[in-house]
Amino acid sequence: MSRDLETIIKKYKSGRREDLIPLLQEIQDDQGYISEEMIVKVGGFLGLSTTKIYGLATFYDQFRFVPEGKIRIKICNGTSCFLNGSRGVINKIKEETGIRAGQTSRDGNLSYEIVTCMGGCNNGPIIIVNDEYYPHIKPEQIPDLLKKLRYIIEND
Amino acid sequence: MEDLKKFLTSKVLLFEADTLPAETEKVLRQIRREKTDNAVILISSGTASIIAGSEKTWSAVNSYIDDNEPGTDLVRVGCTGPANFEPLLSIQLPGKNKLFFRNITEEKVEPLLNGVFHNDINKDDLVGQHGGRGFELWPGIPFIEEMDFFRYQKRVILGNCGCYDPENIEEYIAHGGYRAFVKAIRHYTYEEVCNIIEKSGLRGRSGGGYPTGLKWKQALNTSSSVRYLVCNAKESDPGAFTDRTILESDPHRLVEGVAIASYAIGAASAIIFFRRGSEHARQRLQKAIDSAREYGLLGSNIFSSGYKLDITIRKEPGAFVCGEETALISTLEGKRGMPQLKPPYPTSAGLFGKPTVINNVETLMNVPLIMQNGPEWYRKLGTQNSPGTKVFAVAGKGRMSGVIEVEMGTTFRTILEDIGDGIKEGKKFKAIQIGGASGSFITSENLDTAIDYEEMRERGVGMGAGGFVIIDEDTCMVDLVRYYMEFMRNESCGKCIPCREGTGRMLEIMESVIRKPSDDDSGTTLERFKGVMQLETIASVMKDTSLCGLGQTASNPFMSALKNFREEFEEHIFDRKCRANICRGLRTFSIDVDKCTGCTACASKCPVNAIYGTRLQPFFIVEEKCIGCGVCYDICKFSAITVK
Repeated sequence: MSRDLETIIKKYKSGRREDLIPLLQEIQDDQGYISEEMIVKVGGFLGLSTTKIYGLATFYDQFRFVPEGKIRIKICNGTSCFLNGSRGVINKIKEETGIRAGQTSRDGNLSYEIVTCMGGCNNGPIIIVNDEYYPHIKPEQIPDLLKKLRYIIEND
Repeated sequence: MEDLKKFLTSKVLLFEADTLPAETEKVLRQIRREKTDNAVILISSGTASIIAGSEKTWSAVNSYIDDNEPGTDLVRVGCTGPANFEPLLSIQLPGKNKLFFRNITEEKVEPLLNGVFHNDINKDDLVGQHGGRGFELWPGIPFIEEMDFFRYQKRVILGNCGCYDPENIEEYIAHGGYRAFVKAIRHYTYEEVCNIIEKSGLRGRSGGGYPTGLKWKQALNTSSSVRYLVCNAKESDPGAFTDRTILESDPHRLVEGVAIASYAIGAASAIIFFRRGSEHARQRLQKAIDSAREYGLLGSNIFSSGYKLDITIRKEPGAFVCGEETALISTLEGKRGMPQLKPPYPTSAGLFGKPTVINNVETLMNVPLIMQNGPEWYRKLGTQNSPGTKVFAVAGKGRMSGVIEVEMGTTFRTILEDIGDGIKEGKKFKAIQIGGASGSFITSENLDTAIDYEEMRERGVGMGAGGFVIIDEDTCMVDLVRYYMEFMRNESCGKCIPCREGTGRMLEIMESVIRKPSDDDSGTTLERFKGVMQLETIASVMKDTSLCGLGQTASNPFMSALKNFREEFEEHIFDRKCRANICRGLRTFSIDVDKCTGCTACASKCPVNAIYGTRLQPFFIVEEKCIGCGVCYDICKFSAITVK
C-alpha cells in the first residue's frame, strides 16, 4: 500500500500546498478512500499538519475516510431527477440498506452516495451501480436489484 | 499520419489568406467526410447517448458492417441536441444527404441498415434529412432544419456538435479550427485581441454578464510577470449539463478558446477547473489537449511566435461554492474553498496573488468564433445589449429535452412551446426554473420575456448558467423550494453567519410547513406560524448581508416562488393542503367502501398498521396513524383508495 503512495508522490514536488487536493484525489482514486496513514504521510510530504489536511478533506464532498463497498451506488438528485421522483428511490435505498449516504454497510459490501446531475436528465430518476447506468428506476425495483447485486457479490 | 500533420500545419494552419485554395479545400472535404466513396455511419456518444445504450448500438452496427457492408466508415460523434432521441444514428450514403434516425437501440440496427442499404427506409424511426450542402435529396423525407426543434435554434457554439469525431484533431482543423489562434499569436498583439473581443460585445455567460473584453484588459493592464487564465467548467447546478455536452462534443474549440484567451492576457499557464463526475468529458478534453500539444499548438514557442502556453486540467473536489471566483481560487491554492471579500478582484490579485481571469466554458467557446468571423458578425447576433447566443439544457417535464442554443432576444415561450414542444402527457404548464439552485421561476405571465441580460434583470430574473427545467402541474412548489433550500444548506461553506444560519433556519421552517400537523401539540403550531412570518425577513437579510453570491442568491427560489405562487404557500400553511399531492405529511387517504373488496393487500403493506378491517369486508384507514406514504394507494388494484 505504501509503495503505491511512493509512486503517486513522485509526480509532485514536496512542500507545495497547491498540490494537496490533486494528491488526495489521486490517492482516493487509487485506494478508494483516504486512510489515517495516508493523511500522516501526505502531511509529512507537504509539510502540513494532519489537522489541516483533515479539515480540508472534510470540507469537500469528494473525500471519504472509510473504504467504499463492493457495490457502489450513485443516486442522481438533480432537479430533473427530483421532479421525476428521485426522493422515493433515495428513501427506498436508505430503508433497504439501513445506512446513510456516504457510509459503507458493515459487511463492506455496499455504499451509496447522492450526486447532483449526471447528465441523463431525460432518463430520470437515474442511478449508477459500479459504472453501469439504470435509467427510469422506480422505488419498487430497488429491493430486487439489491438482492441481485448482493447475490452476485456473494457468489463471486 | 505524419504527412497529414505536415500538410495541415503548412497548408492550413500557417496559410495566410482567409480563403484556402481549392486544392487544399478538396483534401479537407475528404477529412470532413463530405466526399467519400463509402457510406458513413455516425453514432452519438455523449453521456446521454451512453445511458440510452449507444455503445451497444455501436457494436451492433460494427458487426453488421463487417458482415454485410465492408468499407463503411463508422464514427463516434458528439451530441446533436435532442436527448430524448438518443441513441441517435445518422447515415450518409455517397453523394446523398445525411439521414437521421432516432432511438436506435441495438435490436433495431439490423432492420434499419438493411432498409437503408436497399433503398427501403423505415419511416418510423426517421427524423429527417440534413439538407443544404449540394448533395442529392431524398424525395419525400422532411429536412431536420425545418423541424421545430432546430428551426427556432441558432446553433453557433453548438455548430460542430454531432458533426465530427471529438477525439480527432484533424477533423477539427478541417472544420476551420485553430486557424484563429495561430493567426492571433502570429499577427496580433495582446491588446488587439482584447480589443476585438471588447468590440464584439461578448459578455460573460455565467449570469452576471460582465463584458469579457473589459475583464481581460483589466488583467492585462495589471503589471505582473505572471498571469493566469482559469476556465470554470465546474457547472455544479443540479439539472445543468450544457458544459458537459459541449466538452463531450467539441472539446477542441474550448482548447482553442482557452488558448486565445490566455494569449490575450499574456498568460503562460491556463487551468481548466473541471467538474467531478464528468469523467467521459474529461478524458475527451485531455485527449484534445494532448493532440494540440502534438501539433505544436501548445508548449513553448508556439509556431515560432515566441509565445508559450500550457493547459492543465484540475478536478474539483466537490463543493458547490467553488463556482464562486474567489472560492475557486482558494481551492486551486490547496485551501478550503471559501470565498474572500472583493475587492481586490481576481483580475488584479487572483491565483497566488497574480492577476487571474476566470471565464466559463460557454464564454470561451464564443472566442474562436469571434476571432474567425470578426466582431461585426458577432454584433449582428442577438440583441443590442446582449449580442450572441445562449445555450440551455432543457430538462424536466417537457416533451423534448437536450442541449439547445438560441439567439439572445428569443422568448421563453419559443423555447418552451416550439423547441421544447410543450409538456409531456398533456399536463398543464406551471413554471420554468432557470439558473439552477439559486435561480428563479418564470410563470405563464412572464413567458414572453426575451432572453437578454437587461430585460431579464428588469423582471428580477437572473440569467443563470444554463439550466432550464420545465415544471408541470404535478409538482408542488413548496416542496421544490424545500429541495433547493436543502441543497443550499448542504452547500453553504459556513464562513459567514447569514448564509450558514439562514439556509438552515429557512429549511427548518419549510420542513415544518409540510410536516403532518399534530393536534395535541400547540407549541409546535405556534413555532410554525412564527417561523413562517419570519421567512421573508430571513431571506432579505441573507440577500443583503451574505459575503458571496451563494448566500446572496440562496433565497432566490423561495422569493420567486412566494411572489408567483403565494396561494400555494398559503394553502400549505393555513389549509394544510398540497394541491399537487406531493407533500407526504399533508396527504390523507381514505377507502371507498363501494370499491373495496377486502383483499387485505393494503393492510398487509401499510408500514404503520393504520389500516383495519375484516377480510372480504371494506377496510378503513385510521387518519391519526396514517403517515401519508401512499403505499396503499399504489398497491390497490381496485382504485378504492382516494387522496383527500
